[in-house]
Amino acid sequence: MSAPLLATSGLVKRFGGVAAVDGVDFVLADGELRCLIGPNGAGKSTFFKMLTGQLAPTAGRITFRGDDITGRARHQVSRLGIGIKTQVPSVFDGLTVRENIRLAARRRHAANEAARAVDETLELVGLAAHADRPVGHLAHGQRQWVELGIVLATAPKLLLLDEPTAGMTRDEVARTASLIQSIRGRCAMIVVEHDMQFVRMIAETVTVFHQGRVLVEDSMAHVLRDQRVRDVYLGKQATARHA
Amino acid sequence: MDFAAIVLIQVLYAIASLALISVGLAIIFGMMKVINFAHGEFLMLGGYAVILPVQAGVNLWIAMLIIAPLAVGLFGMIVERVIIRPLYGRVIETVLATWGLSLFLIGAASEIFGYFQEGTSPPLGSIAIGAYREGVYTFFVIFIAAAVMAGVYLFLKRTRFGLVALGTMQNPDMAAALGVDTGKVYALTFGLGAALTGLAGAVLAPISGVVPIIGITYIAKAFITVICGGAMALSGTAAASVLFGTVNQVVTFLSTPIIGEVALLVAAIILLRLLPAGITGRFFRSGL
Amino acid sequence: MRSRAEILGLAALGLGGLALLFGLPHVVEIFALVDITVFVILSTLALSLALVWGFGGILCFGQSAFFGLGGYAYAIAVLNMGESTVPVLLGILLPMLFAALLGYFMFWGRVSDVYLAVITLTVSLIFFHLVNSTSGPEYRIGSAPLGGANGIPGVPQINVPGDPGRQLGFDEMFQLAMAVLLLTYFGLRWLLASHFGRVVVSIRENELRAELLGYDARRYKLAVFVIGAGIAGVAGVLFANWGSFIGPNVFSIFFTAQIIIWIMVGGLGTLGGAVIGTVIIQFLTTWLGETKIADTNLVLGVIFVLFVLLVPNGLQPMLRDLFGGWAARRAVARTGKGAP
Repeated sequence: MSAPLLATSGLVKRFGGVAAVDGVDFVLADGELRCLIGPNGAGKSTFFKMLTGQLAPTAGRITFRGDDITGRARHQVSRLGIGIKTQVPSVFDGLTVRENIRLAARRRHAANEAARAVDETLELVGLAAHADRPVGHLAHGQRQWVELGIVLATAPKLLLLDEPTAGMTRDEVARTASLIQSIRGRCAMIVVEHDMQFVRMIAETVTVFHQGRVLVEDSMAHVLRDQRVRDVYLGKQATARHA
Repeated sequence: MDFAAIVLIQVLYAIASLALISVGLAIIFGMMKVINFAHGEFLMLGGYAVILPVQAGVNLWIAMLIIAPLAVGLFGMIVERVIIRPLYGRVIETVLATWGLSLFLIGAASEIFGYFQEGTSPPLGSIAIGAYREGVYTFFVIFIAAAVMAGVYLFLKRTRFGLVALGTMQNPDMAAALGVDTGKVYALTFGLGAALTGLAGAVLAPISGVVPIIGITYIAKAFITVICGGAMALSGTAAASVLFGTVNQVVTFLSTPIIGEVALLVAAIILLRLLPAGITGRFFRSGL
Repeated sequence: MRSRAEILGLAALGLGGLALLFGLPHVVEIFALVDITVFVILSTLALSLALVWGFGGILCFGQSAFFGLGGYAYAIAVLNMGESTVPVLLGILLPMLFAALLGYFMFWGRVSDVYLAVITLTVSLIFFHLVNSTSGPEYRIGSAPLGGANGIPGVPQINVPGDPGRQLGFDEMFQLAMAVLLLTYFGLRWLLASHFGRVVVSIRENELRAELLGYDARRYKLAVFVIGAGIAGVAGVLFANWGSFIGPNVFSIFFTAQIIIWIMVGGLGTLGGAVIGTVIIQFLTTWLGETKIADTNLVLGVIFVLFVLLVPNGLQPMLRDLFGGWAARRAVARTGKGAP
């Protein structure tokens, strides 16, 4: 069994007295696609922020491709090959779509090659027609795809997607799902989502977070049938029950 | 022994004057998140608001404790309506617009009052402390500073207006839903801050005199004290005043007033580097 | 990728600038030329803040500190050395070195926005206080008395390198200032169009996203800050030459406010606007000073307030929309926003 791409052990993040993430052991294999679900406040975004260096863990370790990256600065983590599409779209509103993607592509390609990579990415996310419009003028769904394009253009080994379909229409969700299917295998992915239909379209293994810890980790079918998961989503205490 | 007493008194005076010139700005900053760059000119107006009536025959104490705060407070409410309200929430724009107001007031004061120093000497005479003499007015300033800080605290914490104001600052929509006229609250809070500043300018006028550009000497110190104090208006200002007043005065004793000023400024820079959100921590908190 | 309109516009500017550089001294009489020269010098200073604030998103309220450092460094060095070449270099390098230290202190400490404004303003004020207090004859560096509030008079002009006897005349002073302005303007246009420049703008737009792409924002901000300080330093050197004088007022809160007013009026986030704003405001200030119609501060204050309230983007975008077209892709942002 080859070494995992990403591994966290005992990862904790406390804010004052509250533990947003309370001891997470998580393993992801190279090229794997994992869905991460759980109610609001379960610690998913905080987990992502620690993985990308936006927050320093209170305790625990993060290993990426064999390196200990715990507490590294966010620009360093990005260079190591972790990209993130944030929960609230984080793009350069005042710049055009092309300029946004170019800034990302330039991290991987020299000036003359970057143009080709930019065009490819524009095709991939379906925004070639809007390439020269300022991102701030685009609709919400399009801005999400711009951000996806930005992150893909950096050719990451691990791609974190924090609610990529938030605020999207049915059609846009379907399109995003097929986009994700088309980039499978290029990189490992962890996708946080609330939209269960979307999760069903793409999921293999699903990890369920609850109160800062991993509750269940299994295939989609098993997770959906798990009583603890149902309890958590319906608000009941997730106590050990006998079936 | 008596020299030590004099030093202590001077340090207390430095702290007191720093607190006085800063508390109005801190109220406005801490509660409204507005940085009023015309603050120095409010001090200047407070100075003119005491000296001119006195020259016209009005009693010094009435001019200082009633006329000056009222006049500057009312002026502040006008400024709030015309300049602050349209820019509410936009921090940088507010700084720039109030900086423009500052220039305007300096120019207007220069035109109206001329460029020369007006003054009146500090009243109340002096008392002996051991082999030295200290002006009684110095103690008055210290007393006023303490009284103002205590008064503002009680006013905001214990009165209905104070409660309403705090609530409005934290959550204006909720306050409006509860029937509070948020516009009036903003106006009155800014007016309060302005009035306190006018009072400070009036209290310090007998000591420093008044010229149109006197605000310049205050604005940097007040601004720095408030920012370094952090989001909690009263405790932050108090803490920063104690720190900087002490540094300023002690270094002045050891060298020259100019070096003392520089020491204050340097201390501010170091503090901001170590505590980027000021002494009382995170920005936009609601406490006092 | 530049549009044809943009290239034509740049060419026109360049030719116009060169025409002024070579032609103006023949067309305009000496006193007017001297007045125009200082406008040109101050425009260069404005460009430095336009870069740092408008494009870098760094709220520097103390750009005057670098201007003053440049002027004083030049004055003191040239009075000691008798020849101007090294002093000019010192006038550029000393502000840059200081900016590197101050910038490292601030950016590695993640100080930003209002707090950075406070620190930079405070630094300028510290210089003001320090220099103001150097009145006595004991305050001197080598053979240059610091002069305190009175400043340093009789600063020798720049001479042809290697030939101290051959100093610049008024015509040449103008041409040197004009050349520096043109070099700065086109240099900055080039810099901002380069990858470095695009990264700097992206950091201003969204520092978090820029870092999540792998760009170390601290280094880029430091670089911009230092470059801006160097440009301000050059302007300071020229200024000390222009009046053969440098005094502590260059560090004052009034002067640093003026630089900001130039940018606000001209248009934050533009280069041409910085020059436009400077010329208009300085012309107005000089005119007010001569005719004494109203106090300068009063008028400037009104303008400042009106612009913030009514024309927050400044004049350049307004003019650009009127004439439509050239430089259309410059992203005009109002103020730099830090990480979301």
